[in-house]
Amino acid sequence: MYEKDGEKYFIVDGHQHFWDASPANWVKGQEQYAKGWIECFHAYMGLGPADTHWPLEKFQKYSEDDYVHDVFEEGHIDHGVLQSTYLKEWYTDGFNTAERNARMVEKFPDKLIVNGRFDPREGEAGLKQLEEDAQRYNLKGVKVYTAEWYRGSRGWKLTDPEAQMFLDKCKELGIKNVHAHKGPTIWPLDKDAFDMKDIDVAATNNPELNFIVEHVGLPRIEDFCFIATQEPNVYAGLAVVIGGLMHARPRFFNKVMGELLFWVGEDKLLFGSDYAIWEPKWQVEGFIDWQMPDTEEYSDYGQVTTAAKKKIMGLNAAKLYDIEVPAELQLQNGGTPAAKEDAQLVESA
Amino acid sequence: MTRERVIDALAEVYDPELDEPITRLGFVTSCEVTTDGDVEVVLRLPTPQCAPNFAFLMAADARKVVRRLPEVREVTIKLEDHYTGAEINAALDRGDGFTGAFPGETVDDDLLALRELFLRKALVGRESRLCEALLADGASPEEVAARRLEDLPDVHDARRCLELRRQLGLAADPADAAFVLPSGEPVGAAELRRWLRTARLMRLSLEVNGGICRSLLRVHRGVEIDDPEEVLT
Repeated sequence: MYEKDGEKYFIVDGHQHFWDASPANWVKGQEQYAKGWIECFHAYMGLGPADTHWPLEKFQKYSEDDYVHDVFEEGHIDHGVLQSTYLKEWYTDGFNTAERNARMVEKFPDKLIVNGRFDPREGEAGLKQLEEDAQRYNLKGVKVYTAEWYRGSRGWKLTDPEAQMFLDKCKELGIKNVHAHKGPTIWPLDKDAFDMKDIDVAATNNPELNFIVEHVGLPRIEDFCFIATQEPNVYAGLAVVIGGLMHARPRFFNKVMGELLFWVGEDKLLFGSDYAIWEPKWQVEGFIDWQMPDTEEYSDYGQVTTAAKKKIMGLNAAKLYDIEVPAELQLQNGGTPAAKEDAQLVESA
Repeated sequence: MTRERVIDALAEVYDPELDEPITRLGFVTSCEVTTDGDVEVVLRLPTPQCAPNFAFLMAADARKVVRRLPEVREVTIKLEDHYTGAEINAALDRGDGFTGAFPGETVDDDLLALRELFLRKALVGRESRLCEALLADGASPEEVAARRLEDLPDVHDARRCLELRRQLGLAADPADAAFVLPSGEPVGAAELRRWLRTARLMRLSLEVNGGICRSLLRVHRGVEIDDPEEVLT
């Protein structure tokens, strides 16, 4: 719980990691990719305040104590969702597996959720693994990273026929939240690697599932907004928006938030710190303090209410994950976090 | 042939995703010209994972503009510190297109569809900036919609709009409508504000991506570049 100016906020961090990207975990012959990946993440950390930057060595592999300190002791997080990203072509034991994440969940079963993952290119074996993971970790969500390299392939789409088998399996297993992360390489390479049409189609075809588009589809916010406006079951993960822009590019942050609130709406935005890319503390405190400046430049954007901040910082995610929210931290005037009603058709530019 | 002339030529190469010259973005890390006229240009993008297709386009375009210069002999373009740098550099050395760099992974050798998609996004984004300026000066939607290309101020956005329209094969005569949809249809007065709402979002997307690229270049690569927006502190 985070309290500011007499208001109490229930904070759910919808996107965090407990990874091992240390050199000991780099696959032989693939070191340049493993090294490049984590150094790129480390560069993103540089977009946060200077006093929150870590040396690369700590960033490659941080301890359980670091996690507990940064997330729970200092970070104001009431509940966290640990996302799993495997990247086993580059990292021997995986970058951030469900198994590794589950170590933290075992210690804090009342405060953490682990999300699984699937990759349709793994076929039958992948389906079986998803079943086992769902049972072992009581999965309510999965993260899919469509730009993962796998046996010579540089990515996949949610519209691949095999992907639908996995989405069907999710429904059968009670997994209802699919966090989609678009990365930069995908087959065929001549298409826009960040294109989100596959999420649009998958969301339409699978209304029982919620699709949380991580980092709001950056760098294609416009495509994302048009999709989210039309699909009632598409949500925005704010990882990278808060961490990457709020400090480094405050004017862009104002505008991106203004556009997201206009197109997507306060019921569909979910805070995610992307820890350990950025520590949650400054993000939580900064976002609660943030307000749309009252100047001509932002005059088309509305002011952001306390209720909206409560939803974005925790109540929306709590609803999607059935996390119990103490009565005093719920909306007092009967608001409906994560409401799906407001989707409507618009024309794109 | 001087280094300055090569750099001037490279300024014509745009990052297709951001619609900005690669020289302004700080992507050119070195440019060497020998007395014999051999040229070597090294390009480095903000991260090793930047999309291979855009990376290829920038490297191929750089090669093209330098080769066009008189008195140039050998031209070598090197993309450094990139996940697909080896494939792209080898293809460029052989004079291959995109399918040569990634056999079996693509069918579009010139990446024309991708290029065109982003030219259209860039056009909409730049038009939105010009349109907003006119509205801010007190013009009505009817007046804005009636503007011809020749009525636009002589500013970079307007000049670039003309270039983009020519590249896209859209009408670009002085008497043609100043504000058009990506299809080339003029924007009507009645739909102008609605159109602007979406056009502005497209522009913000381009600007934010450019901002993140610049931030990463600064933090990750130590490149200090022209940065008109706010910077890291």
